[in-house]
Amino acid sequence: MPAISLDKAPQPAATKPEQIRNFCIIAHIDHGKSTLADRMLGITEVVEARNMRAQYLDRMDIERERGITIKSQAVRLPWRSGIDGQEYILNMIDTPGHVDFTYEVSRSLAACEGAVLLVDCAQGIEAQTLANLYLAMENNLTIIPVLNKIDLPNAQPEKFAAELAKLIGCEPEDCLRVSGKTGEGVADLLDQIVAQIPAPVGDANAPARALIFDSVYDSYRGVVTYVRVVDGHLSPRDQIQMFSTGVRHEMLEVGVISPEPLPSKGLGVGEVGYLITGVKDVRQSRVGDTVTTFNNPTKSALAGYKDPKPMVFSGLYPLDGADYPALREALDKLQLNDAALVYEPESSAALGFGFRCGFLGLLHMEIVRERLERESKLNLISTAPNVVYQVTLDDGREVRVTNPSEFPDGKIAVVREPIVKATILAPSEFIGTIMELCQERRGLLLGMDYLSEDRVEIRYTLPLAEIVFDFFDQLKSRTRGYASLDYEEKGDEEGNLVKVDILLQGEAVDAFSAVVHRDKAYAYGVMMTSKLRELIPRQQFEVPIQAAIGARIIARENIRAIRKDVLAKCYGGDISRKRKLLEKQKEGKKRMKMVGRVEVPQEAFVAALATDADIEKVKAARK
Amino acid sequence: MTDLSIYVHIPYCIKRCGYCDFNTYTPSELQDGATLEIVSADYIDAVIQELQRAPKDVVSTIFFGGGTPSLLPAKDLGRVITAIRKHNGLRDGAEITLEANPDSVTPEKLAEYISVGFNRISFGAQSFVPNVLATLDRTHNPDNVKKAVDAARAAGFSSISIDLIYGTPGESLDDWRITVESALALDIDHISAYALIVETGTKLAAQIKRGDISMPDDDAMADMYLLVDSLCEAHGMSWYELSNWSKPGHECKHNIAYWHNAQWWGLGPGAHSHINGERFWNVKHPSAYKTRVFAGDSPIHESEKLTEEQISDEKIMLSIRMREGISYDDLAPHHLERLANYKENGYVSLHDDRVTLTPVGRLIADRIVRELVM
Repeated sequence: MPAISLDKAPQPAATKPEQIRNFCIIAHIDHGKSTLADRMLGITEVVEARNMRAQYLDRMDIERERGITIKSQAVRLPWRSGIDGQEYILNMIDTPGHVDFTYEVSRSLAACEGAVLLVDCAQGIEAQTLANLYLAMENNLTIIPVLNKIDLPNAQPEKFAAELAKLIGCEPEDCLRVSGKTGEGVADLLDQIVAQIPAPVGDANAPARALIFDSVYDSYRGVVTYVRVVDGHLSPRDQIQMFSTGVRHEMLEVGVISPEPLPSKGLGVGEVGYLITGVKDVRQSRVGDTVTTFNNPTKSALAGYKDPKPMVFSGLYPLDGADYPALREALDKLQLNDAALVYEPESSAALGFGFRCGFLGLLHMEIVRERLERESKLNLISTAPNVVYQVTLDDGREVRVTNPSEFPDGKIAVVREPIVKATILAPSEFIGTIMELCQERRGLLLGMDYLSEDRVEIRYTLPLAEIVFDFFDQLKSRTRGYASLDYEEKGDEEGNLVKVDILLQGEAVDAFSAVVHRDKAYAYGVMMTSKLRELIPRQQFEVPIQAAIGARIIARENIRAIRKDVLAKCYGGDISRKRKLLEKQKEGKKRMKMVGRVEVPQEAFVAALATDADIEKVKAARK
Repeated sequence: MTDLSIYVHIPYCIKRCGYCDFNTYTPSELQDGATLEIVSADYIDAVIQELQRAPKDVVSTIFFGGGTPSLLPAKDLGRVITAIRKHNGLRDGAEITLEANPDSVTPEKLAEYISVGFNRISFGAQSFVPNVLATLDRTHNPDNVKKAVDAARAAGFSSISIDLIYGTPGESLDDWRITVESALALDIDHISAYALIVETGTKLAAQIKRGDISMPDDDAMADMYLLVDSLCEAHGMSWYELSNWSKPGHECKHNIAYWHNAQWWGLGPGAHSHINGERFWNVKHPSAYKTRVFAGDSPIHESEKLTEEQISDEKIMLSIRMREGISYDDLAPHHLERLANYKENGYVSLHDDRVTLTPVGRLIADRIVRELVM
């Protein structure tokens, strides 16, 4: 039996680096990572069969969000190799699976010596997996290609083995075949992890250096910091110090996750575990930073630390203005667990008081918004996301614009916008469609490669602003959901960009200002003015809706004056009914916003800015 | 002591019209295979029994509405009038109105209604254009309206009114002009013209939802309103409430009681009352109503005691519908400030310390009410 019971296995702080293998699983969502992880927990017997449940680690993740337990970011698995019969400790390190978190992924990868590339052999590799694979290869990780779901009737292991072999430069027969569902091949995979992935190397006598690869806020324990020890040793008696800030913390607990948190006597070279210091804010314990000891600090940090940089901005406003303090509180709380989230108060004539928030990307934005709404029971409206523009005026003044309504009106010399390198994987039948979409979005083709006879990888540079504006939805709908997308920052470029303002009766409505390419300004203007014409109720006077670049009107619609707003009949039995309606409307009136003399129901702003899902939410809230 | 007005609900129709959501029932809806005689047999008894709960103030108006009150014989309705006279007393010249279907009256029946005390009659004509009537699910022949009006005049009704509906799907402005001109050509004293309201749950609502027919837009409705207003005024019938025009002295006193928030009692299932700042209404179904009344229980289903704010809101909501409008005494200074805009745009006029609506202002009366009460 290759499993070893926990108490007999090599103990934390007393495990030789040669016995350790640190690996992560790179996989697309739905490709079976959680099920495979379950199998590994079961087969190594760290979770007893009677306690086993599906998606064990994921479940803990949800619980963590409710603040009950600690997320199992790195699980310590004892394993006796079926090849040499020796005892080993395998540390399985989780990686976030999305483009927005490339930096976090890179730090997780930096904590490993190898990666299991897990691909559903009915679907093939996806763009984000590919991006993470490249990231792993750049980090010099040993890649073990694994085809999952070989039990599926529509599995095509030969086809996708060839695809993987081509990508990583191995032979198709080197791809392992497993079924997370039946357990087939999983023991062999663990043996191969031991055999192929190098053991960590470090200097046990040097000052301690440990890489923070995740940092999570827990409402009971404070911040839980996940580290990989590179050199030296961390023990519960140490005072630790963060290299980037120099701040010293008391160590309250050191431990490993197995898969419940287990306090230990310390962590040695190559080991992976957690630290608890009583810190309450993840920004004091940042991913990528180096942990050292206060008494014997290291002089050189581990490479690769970066401050998270928000790429996408959006205004977040409470639907009910009275919820503004609650939103502030919720953001403050969320920031404890999200070092990448930035926000500052802003006010909008249309939407009232809210916050301009910066996110790593669209998914990060969605996650933040969803958590704010779900965990703090807030109804929010967000303005259309935008990127950061660097504007140089004729007089040489530089302005950084994170809110389109603040785009300067003066003489503009240059506007620079962020650019990304996008990778799209899709069946080759969609090449034309995808190129058309990318062309429309100001894309520049970098290259194209066939992954297999009918699957292709297309690379483009695109302005991030174009991606942020419904690119992913368009890509999915035009390829019937088959295409996958990944992108990475590639600096910024000059763009022929203008600000389009939307004016209601001559007054600009800040929430609708947008920075767009000059060629698309007219289309945006027409789209927005006609949308608002449908959404804004008729007033007692005619209301022009205009789109303008500076003083130049590029599109115009009219809301004609209202003609009829009366119930013809009002007899005995109608009076109560009519008064009750009036009382309801009195409530509604509080949600009316005045733009100049124009009365606009908040719903109109919401509908003009929102996605379909938002509109449903608003309707539900009104019931 | 203020006078009391009494509404008597007759919850029966031979057939339900496609647009109607009133509290009315066909005999077979109430009882399988039953005739009107069977289902209405003890109804008048119940109404008279309920009357005993009403205040005893002298009555100056009675209005028999429905449903189709003219389906019931004059002697039945006359029993109610007699009971009121006995319980409350009737003012000299009290207005007693009968709502009637032009198809269900004959000279003989009309004479009988006069003999039991009716002096005002209101015919539901709705339209004089056959395809519009068909959409409304009305079966009467437009020619019958003239016959009915003439017969009513001959029988001795001193005030004759016609109800019209505009904005029926498919109705053109010319259709509506024909209807109004046809009505004004008759020997009538009063017109009520209502914009069609599609009530949820009606056959008409279902047809619209399916896309079989579509409602005219608000602009077309507004044009129709302005048309009926100008034609009536030109014909010597002045507006006195948003949807009502009459020759001088022929305003409906009963309805004015509603709009002046006077005291009134509604008899019958679903009927509403307003007594001493309280509104209450009876159980809706005729059977439930009869059961309660005959058991000696109150038929009141729900009631509400109006707050000061509600009373003030209702006053604005109702009096703005009237020609004389709202007195400054009933408004605060900030109300008038808010109306400045509307005055500038020609919707209201502010004269003689009163706020009154212009014709285009009447069309947005509800909006102006919101402006005032918020």
